[in-house]
Amino acid sequence: MAVLDHPAENVSPPVAQRAPSWATTLDHKQIGILYIITSLIFMAVGGLEALIIRAQLWVPDSHLVGPDMFNQLFTMHGTTMVFFVVMPMLFGFGNYLIPLMIGARDMAFPRLNAFSYWMFAFGGTLTYLSFLAGGAPNVGWFAYAPLTEYAFSRDHSTDYWILGLMVSGIGTTATAVNLVTTILVMRAPGMSLARVPLFVWMMMFDGVLLIFALPPFTAAAIMLLLDRGLGAHFFDTQAGGSALLWQHLFWFFGHPEVYIMALPAFGIISEVVPVFSRKVIFGYESVAAATVVIGVISMGVWAHHMFTVGMSDALDAIFSGASFLIAVPTGIKMFNWIATIYGGKIRMQSPMLFAVGFLAMFLIGGLTGIMLAAVPIDWQVSDSYFVVGHFHYVLFGGSLFAIMAAYYFWFPKMTGRLLSERLARWHFWLMLAGFNLTFFPMHIAGLLGMPRRIYTYSADRGWTIWNQLSTVGAMLLAVSFLFFFWNLFVSWRRGESSGDDPWDAWTLEWATTSPPAHYNFEEIPIVRSRRPLWDLKHPEDPDWEHE
Amino acid sequence: MSEAHLTSAAATGHGHHRGFPAADFNEEHRVQVGMACFICSEAAFFSTLIVAYITYLGKDTIGPTPAEVLRWPLVIAGTIALVSSSFTVHWANSALRQGDLSAFRRWLAATILLGIAFLAGTAAEWRDLIVEHGLTIGTNLFGTTYFTLVGFHALHVTVGVIVLTLMLALSAKRFVSQQHQVGFEVVSWYWHLVDSVWLVVFTVVYVIGR
Repeated sequence: MAVLDHPAENVSPPVAQRAPSWATTLDHKQIGILYIITSLIFMAVGGLEALIIRAQLWVPDSHLVGPDMFNQLFTMHGTTMVFFVVMPMLFGFGNYLIPLMIGARDMAFPRLNAFSYWMFAFGGTLTYLSFLAGGAPNVGWFAYAPLTEYAFSRDHSTDYWILGLMVSGIGTTATAVNLVTTILVMRAPGMSLARVPLFVWMMMFDGVLLIFALPPFTAAAIMLLLDRGLGAHFFDTQAGGSALLWQHLFWFFGHPEVYIMALPAFGIISEVVPVFSRKVIFGYESVAAATVVIGVISMGVWAHHMFTVGMSDALDAIFSGASFLIAVPTGIKMFNWIATIYGGKIRMQSPMLFAVGFLAMFLIGGLTGIMLAAVPIDWQVSDSYFVVGHFHYVLFGGSLFAIMAAYYFWFPKMTGRLLSERLARWHFWLMLAGFNLTFFPMHIAGLLGMPRRIYTYSADRGWTIWNQLSTVGAMLLAVSFLFFFWNLFVSWRRGESSGDDPWDAWTLEWATTSPPAHYNFEEIPIVRSRRPLWDLKHPEDPDWEHE
Repeated sequence: MSEAHLTSAAATGHGHHRGFPAADFNEEHRVQVGMACFICSEAAFFSTLIVAYITYLGKDTIGPTPAEVLRWPLVIAGTIALVSSSFTVHWANSALRQGDLSAFRRWLAATILLGIAFLAGTAAEWRDLIVEHGLTIGTNLFGTTYFTLVGFHALHVTVGVIVLTLMLALSAKRFVSQQHQVGFEVVSWYWHLVDSVWLVVFTVVYVIGR
């Protein structure tokens, strides 16, 4: 039974009648689901690209796709996964959940919200249309100048990359403005910033990071476009321009971007872990404060991607030190999550399973990150497969495991149906095994000297076995995602009915019906603690008497 | 603000419950907070262009250099016009808050005219640079960075003039009243931003760069 809401019966008309309302919708829940579905489609495409990459590297001296296509594949795989999968998935959950969590009826600017989604969808489509126009972008997701200058990249593939990312980037900036404004202005009475769920805290700081990190990237993309289209000289070394400026500007965005993808994942974990441990989060204030510290430091570490380009020793030392420092607030969060689990009544249901998977995988990624922050080690393994292994542990093991936890946790809220636990377990164990089998051998291949982005290698290098392990792992991962997609499809059609609050959770989104009515809350709740739904369920022992 | 709440939460955690603090902003602040966020993103955008300009100062392999082609009188006149327009838009906002619609329209028209005067100055300067001195975006690094930075600023002034002109047209049709004051106020913030960016551009391009 809905605690706060009594909507009319849910009668949904056929899909054909509902389609136009999805195209013109301004409702944050529908826009959130649009984000999630679109990013799932991009995820299937980006995953397929990864599989072809792994197939190409299965045996030495392979000519399955050849060097040109290989360049296009790894560029599109990276670009897709970062810009058209992980970010929009997080925005999808943010869009859907934030107004519900803070007790609002919608985002602050619903029209801007729809605009953001369509810019993302259009930008992603535009980037992929390049396949029909002679060739996809083939310059890496970092698009280093001068490789991207007109002299070295004469077809239009790079222009597609710039324009696609600029278009979706404008939408993302608008999303950031919308998120920050919504969280600052639209909260229900009593919901102070010290009482919002941690997911909301982290999405707000995500918005702040985006507001400061994304426009420099847009400016750099415009500079590159002017170089290519109008003969400007920003990154043209022969006219005195600097290829390094591109790297600085790109990573000034690109490094915070890592945290833009990680912070909401931390937020998801901070919601899932307490509910499935039956304890309040340990150290709410320190988790929130660590978010702020991570956000601030992440803006000052970009040049650790550039230790090998020959900056001064002093700069190397500063950026190395700042990179080490970021492990401190991240460690605080890990400590808080583990302390929340410790001594709890743990329910190992699918969301918790993925959350624990996140803790372990993200830890490995964090540890190799500390190794890479040490300049001498970075000089040794930079641009090797060690780095590829590292960032997949962070972004896949971190962000994507957390996103999977979010799917299993909030799917009942969005559809009113539970995902199958049996399929979820197949998905989880296959994903965990496949993930480690894919990415752990990359560390070893990297230490053995295998560079990134090579399309093939000779048999005498000793890399063959590690590549074959990775390829087998990638196939396992693909199978695990078949279970996931199948689960989504089957459970959406005829999954077990979930009720409004299947996990006995404590935040406001579970106080409405599943799925929520268009207006979210019939009456805006009054919040008196960090667990408003606990207070409603337990009037004899509310939290606010103890806070 | 957030710190204050964290402190109060820490205090309540120790048993000193202080009632139920309301949200930090009312919904009427929605437009203001949104515009403040947008202005921050714009500041980050222009900072990047300015960093690029400073990076390439004096790195040109061929001329013309800024000192050879940039002229003082026109740009100083333009700067005075744009700085004045920050005052007129402020007075327009004050007039609207007090409900004096005719004064609002006068100051708004003055702001638009000053903005157009600034753009005319930029146009004249660009004509001089392109036609007389042969400096284009492709000539050298100075041309590249100058036209990009000043061009994007001029684009923002143009957008501002269009929005202000729309407001004036709506006001002439009696569609603008005191209750739209917050809406106009955030437009005036945008105009102040464009003005502040110009002061930095002026300092970097015409004072230091010259």
